Amino acid sequence: MSLVQVRDVHKNFQRDSQQVSVFEGLTLDFEERSFTALMGPSGSGKSTLLNLLAGLDRPSSGTVTVAGSEVSSMSPGKLAAWRARHIGFVFQSYNLLPVLTAFQNVELPLLLAPLSKKDRAERVKIALGVVGLEDRMDHYPRQLSGGQEQRTAIARAIVSDPTLILLDEPTGQLDKKSAQEVLGLLQRLNAEFKKTIVMVTHDAHAAERALQVLHLDKGELTA
Amino acid sequence: MKLIPLVLANLRRHRLRTLLTTLGVSLAMFLFASLRSVVTTLNAGTEIASASRMVVQNANAIVFTLPMSYRARLAAVPGVTEVSWANWFGGQYGDGRVFFGQFAVDPESYFTMYPEIQVPPDQLDAFKHERTAAIVGKGLMDLFGWHVGQNVTLRGTIFPGDWVFTIRGVYTPSNKALDDRSFLFQYAYLDERTEHRIEPGWYTLKLSDPALAPQVAHTVDDMFRNSSAATKTGTEKAFNQSFVTMWGNVQFLMNSIGMAVVFAILMVTGNAMMMTARERTGEVAVLKTIGFTDRTLFVLVMMEAGLVTFTGAFIGLMGAKALYSSSGFNGFGFLPGFDVTTATLAIGFGITLVLALASGLVPALRAYRLPIVQALRHVE
Repeated sequence: MSLVQVRDVHKNFQRDSQQVSVFEGLTLDFEERSFTALMGPSGSGKSTLLNLLAGLDRPSSGTVTVAGSEVSSMSPGKLAAWRARHIGFVFQSYNLLPVLTAFQNVELPLLLAPLSKKDRAERVKIALGVVGLEDRMDHYPRQLSGGQEQRTAIARAIVSDPTLILLDEPTGQLDKKSAQEVLGLLQRLNAEFKKTIVMVTHDAHAAERALQVLHLDKGELTA
Repeated sequence: MKLIPLVLANLRRHRLRTLLTTLGVSLAMFLFASLRSVVTTLNAGTEIASASRMVVQNANAIVFTLPMSYRARLAAVPGVTEVSWANWFGGQYGDGRVFFGQFAVDPESYFTMYPEIQVPPDQLDAFKHERTAAIVGKGLMDLFGWHVGQNVTLRGTIFPGDWVFTIRGVYTPSNKALDDRSFLFQYAYLDERTEHRIEPGWYTLKLSDPALAPQVAHTVDDMFRNSSAATKTGTEKAFNQSFVTMWGNVQFLMNSIGMAVVFAILMVTGNAMMMTARERTGEVAVLKTIGFTDRTLFVLVMMEAGLVTFTGAFIGLMGAKALYSSSGFNGFGFLPGFDVTTATLAIGFGITLVLALASGLVPALRAYRLPIVQALRHVE
């Protein structure tokens, strides 16, 4: 059985007086340990799909099931707890908290888990080690380069060992070298650590690093 | 507990804003404590009044005197065991900038009437045997650096001329709410030096039983109702309160100002918290994405509001307590025993709790209700 199952999902938005339909019966699966790149033009529904997979948004109808849990029917409180345990989310603009060090930013998801300070510190160090930033753990985001910030954000996404890692344009704000580093890191997370990854991207070169590429256009899979 | 570092980090985000907001709360609470302490100190002055003492004054006003002939008639009223009398002198010392009360008192009856004014027996004896002697409160002695045996000259305003007194004793009040900055001298000295006969400003009666007070008041006032100087007799507490009310409705005034200050600072703190919340819309969305629940974020914002307000309140309230205790402030003699009471501190912290809830509630609810997807659009 697939790790992620999207079944007959409809998603509508109300924009002013107009009803905008993003998905009209979308169905797709993501296999465990897969690394998928989602591509498509702006407004095709890539980010909306990512939000639905992360439980940040709900489908108007249909179901989204991740690792056997039907995300679309969970209460907001349960959904938050589920997200903390199962989802690692990486944003295009990193979204690290500027008042926290790299260590503290990565530690954030662990504050929600019943872990001792010592256990949290160990896990944070491992995550920062995986992304190659052990020596930057006391740096604030303003003291890091864009690539380092994004790697810190990835460390934050993997620190709780989530079931699914979702990335929304992770290389969109990076220079070529930093983008290559981040993409290499994602490949390593998939190959070495067996993480299931779904990445939204506009960049065809970035998509080439994934194991499969899905194209969305006007809410439908085109390839 | 795990969230406290996050709360502290958020407060460090705009250090100056946090500092100014905290200082604003401190100042508001300092003012609240100070203003309320004026009221409680004035009330304490009336609370220490003895239930077994009554004061007889001229029915027209305290500034009018009563005949000395009343003394014997008052002593004969059933229930009255002792009678004493005194007069306000109203002199100035030095440049007159420091105000303190000066009273011409009957040396034989005054100190038995007021056992809370404690004078060493040998000093009291010396006072009684010297017409120009004075007994001075310890606070006043310390203020001017006077010593026993020193001559002190007061310039009379009601009773003109320079009046020279010799300090023969120092009194210490048994209750700190009692003024320790009064200057007491012999009534006979005042009487002798003035051309016309001096009459008492008021009489003090000691009762055999406090329960007799209404009856004694009725008897005394009836006795002098049709005389040239009708009397107004009341308990010592009522007499003391009449001085407080001479200041106007102090309690209302002080409480009104105090509440206005607190309300103003509520606006300031609330605004600061709202600004902070608005600036962090994206971060709240990120935290929700990570898995922070709506409730946790609500608590986080409330903790921030609580930390700012309670830190400010602690500095303001405890600062007021420490400052007034250590400085011995007494309102230039008008507020003996001035102190920030435990009740004032408790009310101050109670107001702080309301302040924290009120200033934190709107931004906390905003964080609680924030839809993640819409908020993320702001940051992506």
